[in-house]
This record gives sequence, C-alpha cells and structure tokens, in this order.
Amino acid sequence: MLKKLSIVAFAAALAAAPLPVLAQGKKDSVVMGMTLEPPGLDPTNAAAAAIAEVTLYNIYETLTKINEDGSVSPLLAESWTASPDLKTYTFKLRKGVKFQNGEAFDAAAVKFSFERNAAANSTNKDKSLFQAFEKVEAPDADTVAITLKNSEPNLPFLLGQASASIVEPKSAATNVTQPVGTGPYQLGAWAKGSSITLNKWADYRNASAIKLSKVTIRFISDPAAQAAALLSGDVDAFPRIATRVVAQFKADPRFTVLIGGSKAKTILAINEKKKPLDDVRVRRAILAAIDRKALIDGSVEGFGTPIGSFYTPGSLGYVDTTAINPYDPEKAKKLLTEAGVTTPLELSLKLPPPPYARQGGEIVAAQLAKVGITAKIENVEWAQWLSQAFAPNGPHNYDLTIVSHVEPFDLVKLTEPDFYLGYNSEAFNALYKQIVSTPDEAGRAKLLGDAQKMLATDAVAGFLFQPQWPTVVSKKLKGVWKEVPQFENDLSAWSWE
Amino acid sequence: MSAQLSTPDDAPVATRFLPARTFWGRALRHRSFVLGGALSLLVVASALLSLVWTPWPPAEIDIASKLQPPSAAHWLGTDSFGRDIVSLLLAGARSTILVGIIAVSIGLSFGVCLGLIASAKRGWTEEIIMRFSDFTFAFPAVLSAIMLAAVAGPGMVTSIIAIGIFQIPTLTRLTRGSANAIWAREFVLAARASGKGAFRITVEHVLPNILSILIVQATIQFALAILAEAALSYLGLGTQPPQPSWGRMLNDAQTLLFQSPTLAVYPGAAIAIAVLGLNLLGDGLRDLLDPRLARER
Repeated sequence: MLKKLSIVAFAAALAAAPLPVLAQGKKDSVVMGMTLEPPGLDPTNAAAAAIAEVTLYNIYETLTKINEDGSVSPLLAESWTASPDLKTYTFKLRKGVKFQNGEAFDAAAVKFSFERNAAANSTNKDKSLFQAFEKVEAPDADTVAITLKNSEPNLPFLLGQASASIVEPKSAATNVTQPVGTGPYQLGAWAKGSSITLNKWADYRNASAIKLSKVTIRFISDPAAQAAALLSGDVDAFPRIATRVVAQFKADPRFTVLIGGSKAKTILAINEKKKPLDDVRVRRAILAAIDRKALIDGSVEGFGTPIGSFYTPGSLGYVDTTAINPYDPEKAKKLLTEAGVTTPLELSLKLPPPPYARQGGEIVAAQLAKVGITAKIENVEWAQWLSQAFAPNGPHNYDLTIVSHVEPFDLVKLTEPDFYLGYNSEAFNALYKQIVSTPDEAGRAKLLGDAQKMLATDAVAGFLFQPQWPTVVSKKLKGVWKEVPQFENDLSAWSWE
Repeated sequence: MSAQLSTPDDAPVATRFLPARTFWGRALRHRSFVLGGALSLLVVASALLSLVWTPWPPAEIDIASKLQPPSAAHWLGTDSFGRDIVSLLLAGARSTILVGIIAVSIGLSFGVCLGLIASAKRGWTEEIIMRFSDFTFAFPAVLSAIMLAAVAGPGMVTSIIAIGIFQIPTLTRLTRGSANAIWAREFVLAARASGKGAFRITVEHVLPNILSILIVQATIQFALAILAEAALSYLGLGTQPPQPSWGRMLNDAQTLLFQSPTLAVYPGAAIAIAVLGLNLLGDGLRDLLDPRLARER
C-alpha cells in the first residue's frame, strides 16, 4: 500500500513539474552525467577510464578511430598500410590539421607522443604496447612508420584508444589541467568535484559538422541522484548509468534506454603471489563456489553475460569456457580439502566503489562462505585500490578484489610480470607470443581459443561476466552510442532533434 | 549516600496502587519513562532474540527472491539481495547496541575520570584537561571516524573508537561541572577537615552525588551513539558487510528509492524507535533521579 501511495505521489509530482527540455526550445548544449570524475585530463599518463570518457575524440584525437561497432576508421591518419608480417605499419597523416594552441599537427607530434608513452618514466596504461615499438620514424611531415618488435595484428585498433592520444610536444606537460588536442572540443571550465564544461573549438577542421556548442559533464556517483538528475531534466544523457536505476526509465516516454555490449571483463581478481592462492586447486575452488547467474542478477540487475576467461563473446576466436569452472560448491569443498587448506580460510576482499564491486562483493562473500572461505570485505576508494592492489609497482596488497577491465583485447596484460594478478606463466607467455606473430586470422583465432582455455584451466582469476552498459538519454537527443567498444563519449555525433 | 537522593517530601501524591515514595513507584507513573523504557526494551529484546532466533538467517542471500513485497514468508519483504528484512532489522539491533554500549563505556570511563581529576586537582591540571576536551569536542564523530578509517581501515572497531572519543569531552565537562558544585558543599568541607584526601573525597562523596546526573547523561549519549553509528554505517565507515546494520540498510535502500520506497522506511523507523526510546528514557530518569527538578514541577 505504502509503495502504491508513494508511486502515486511521485507521479503527481512529475505531472506538476514543468518540462525543462521543452521550455528551452532548440538547444545546442547538452548536460551529460558521468559516474566518476577524472583525476586529470591527460589520458596518456593515467589509467582512469573516466579520463577517456571526457577527452577521447572530443579534446584529443588518435590516428585511428574505433567506431561504435568496434570497427576501425581513419581519424588523424588518412590511411595506413601494414607489412605482410604485421611488424611495420605506415600511416599517412591528414594534412592541414592544427592543435588547439595553433601548432601544426605533423609526424613529429606523433613520434613525440608515442616515444613519450614508451619512456622509462611513462605512466601510460598501455606502456608495454609503446615499448614494443622498435622505432617510430617520420620520413616526412605526413608519414609515420612504426616498426614493432613482434607482429601486432590489432595495431590500428589499439592506436584508436585514449592511451594513444596525439599530444602537442610543447603543451604535453600541462595536459593534465590544460589539455591541448586536435579535437572538436576545448576545455571550458573545470569545477573540481562537480562538473567539466567543454566548448566547441571554432577552428576545428570540420567545425560545421559539430552540432553542440557546449557540453557540460556533471559527476554524479550516487545511483539515486543519477536517476533524480535525469528525471528532473538536469541531465540530458547518462552513459553507463548505475544498473540499479535503469528499470524505471524503460517505461518512461521521455527517455531512451540503450543497452550496449562491451569488451569489458568483470573479474574476481585472485592474488596468485599469496599463499594458498598460488595453488591452482584453491583458485579453482573459489571459482567453483561462485554462481555467476545469481551474481549477475544481484550485482548488476542482470546486465551481464557470464564469461569463463579473460575474453568477451563476439571477439575474434571467442570460445565459451564457462563450463571449465562451473558452479559446484561440493567440488569446491573437495578441492580445498585436496589442497590441504584448513577451513575456514580467511581472505581479504577489497572492493572499489562501483556498485558491481560493492554489491557483487557481498554476494561473492556469501557464496564463498558456503564452501568454507571467509572473505573479509574491505570497501576502499579508487585511489587506495589503485595504489594498494593494482599499481604495477605497488605492494599488490590484497587476496581477492572485484574489478571490471574495460579495455578491449588486453590479454597482453597477463603476460606482464608486474600485473597485479601475478600470473607469470611461461606457457601462456609463449602462447601469446605465438598469437601476435600469427598474421593469418584463422590461425590466430584458434590460438586465441587455446589461450582462453589455458586461462580458465589455470583459474587465473574468477572470470565473472561481460557487463552490458545501459545508457539513458533524453528521447530528443540523437547520436548517442549504444554499443561501448571502449569507454568514451563521441560528442561530435550528438545532436538535438 | 547523602541527602541529595532522598525522596522529596512534596512528591506527587497520586498514590493508589504503588507507594509514591519508592523509586519504581514513581517511575511506573512517569509517562515518558515508561514509554522510553518500553521502546528501549523492544530494541534490546530484538537484539537478544536475534542471538537465538531470526525468521531467516540474516546474511542469507537469495537473489531469486529479491525485492519481494511483504508476505507470510517474509513479513516485511526482502531487500535487493533477497535477504529477509525482519531478520536484518533484528540482527541490526545487535550491532547498534554493541557499538552504543562499548562507545558509551569508553566515553564514561575516560570522561568521568578526567572530569573528576580536573575537579579534584584544579589549577593547571584542570586547565589542561578542559582545553584538551575543548579540542576533542571540535571534532565531530564522523570526522574522527574518517581519519581513523584512513589509518586503520573502516570497520566496527573504528566506529566504536571514533564514537567513544566523541563522547569523552561531553562527559568530561559534565562531570567536572557537577563535581565542582559538590566540592563546594559543606559535607565535603567537613570531610576535608577530618583529613580525607582528594582521592577518598572523590570516591566517597563526589562520585555518589553526581551518579544520577551521569546515568541520565549516559542514556542520552547512548542515543547519540546509535545515531552516530547509523550515520557512519550509512557512509560506509561503520559496520562492514555482511554484518547487518541499520545504517547500511538505509544506504542500500537509498539507491532503490524509486523502485522500493518502503525499504528505507524500516531501518529509518528502527533507528527512530531506538533513539526516541533512549531520549524519553533519559528524560524520565532525569525527572526521577533529580529531586530538584521534580520539586519544581
């Protein structure tokens, strides 16, 4: 009864409220909501996905552009060619492009950007990719030739990510607070803790095609506040909104709900450097204790597809590996006994702020408890999580943690010796080397399948699900992407109806 | 005991079934004491009951039956993880009371000692203790909890310590103020004249005479501790999952305000009942234990 009453009251309140979108007529500005605020605005020096969500394709551009469907098209590079062994790529650059500070964009800027990312003191999250470049040459102002140490079939895709943003040499050092790129938008204002305003850059090479002259990005982490901001008209679009609040927008005629796939992998990370987690039987026991279906329903309201390895459905060579570690509490108990673990086994479970981690963590802890593993939940902030658990040079001080790896095709991470999972398998490293040096797609697909099976068999982590990202936008706002191949918001495509 | 606590001669004389001159006789006729006592008892009884029985195991997650409306199986429905609300409320009372009791004990033991020392020693000792308590008073419980959580990690112990520290200055001030008044009394002067030392006077004369004030204040502080615990848990700094806590239930319900508004009502009501109960109880005790106030009525 109470529930009904409050719905009625709420509906009455809605009907009484004016419709702000209609009241303002034809608009050329948008307010977009984002869950997390970026720590800075240089996507080449920090790992936070929120930086890319603000800057990629808006402030900075890359040589290539990853489209909504995951395909790659030219952006700052007009075209490219690859050598047959996929070790040398030659990019022809777009002519007449300028940076927002007036400097010309040329091959030297590309060479500078990539070499800066590979430098010893670089904190680029894809540093290993740039360090795998043997050399970056600029034979003339419009040509860049990249020679790789190993063949890399995905290079054009990888260079479309935020970590490969092209920066201007003179302003690069101050990009964190005063970003300078070649994109259609410039930083207008940044009210720390509240919002970022992007203004259309009048000298953009294709300025007439950019419909919105001002985009305000508001940071709202609380799910209830996210929903309230949309309902009140304070926010026009909320990409990757908290899954908990999506249901109420589906029936609301003022909004469009877009459910997009992703290349992300939400995992229960297991610290393989710690005892007894270095024992594969203990890790498989943890995996067998987890009911993925219940986890997906409980932590992300069903917005996810179960995965069995560090790879997502729809990618080249995907195989379903969920059957390798199925939900089987009895087997989990048996494996723990086999490994000689005395139960209850006490493990720490560090949880970063997003709902999938906090809510998922409670469910994982409850499921683990049933097989005799006590997961002690520790809620941590992102900064703490990054420094304590994740940072490559950090202490890796955790037993278990839940996190979503949003980068597409990042199997390479598992070959990095200081990756936080501490996998370090020679067999896998050799297999990965073989994958990247196999130019033909069918052969690579087969090897990718083997790699997925190896990761699942070794129980490198509790592979949980591939999340789906819901986006809620005002019905009249067009051009917002549904699919999320990577974390970004291509504002150049947005317009009001 | 001195003359302070003797029953006043002009107490209300509505005596019918119980003699008005006994404590319980007056207590049971005192409305806010009875109501406050009943509400507080309800909370304590819930906590005790949860030790031996809850309708469902409070931590039992059953995603398939999440967000169910009230039914015969789940009297108040289920939360977003399919946990039974009634069981969570009963078990949540446990953490609330535990945190409250320990935090108030910390506050009492430190606060009363410091206050008595300040009052007995006077001079620099008093000055230092009181300035230190002013300093502590400036830090709200939430702020000290955030600082402690940053150092030691969030948790029940952190919140207990934070709330305990936050209780100390209030009780120090109160103890010192009331003790100072006792120290000025003739019977203390007589005790001093007969050669009793400061320690004996404090224990034998001062403490018994301010006990009633302390009991009343402790009850009020208990209510404040419960509020602080709920606030800290709501912010994620208090009781950690999977241990049930009213504050965390509120936080959880907040994200579902549009889908299941009633989810927020239950823990909110539980907190209100506990705090209201203790406040009424404190008011009642004040009336009953402080003869001066009773006489003014």
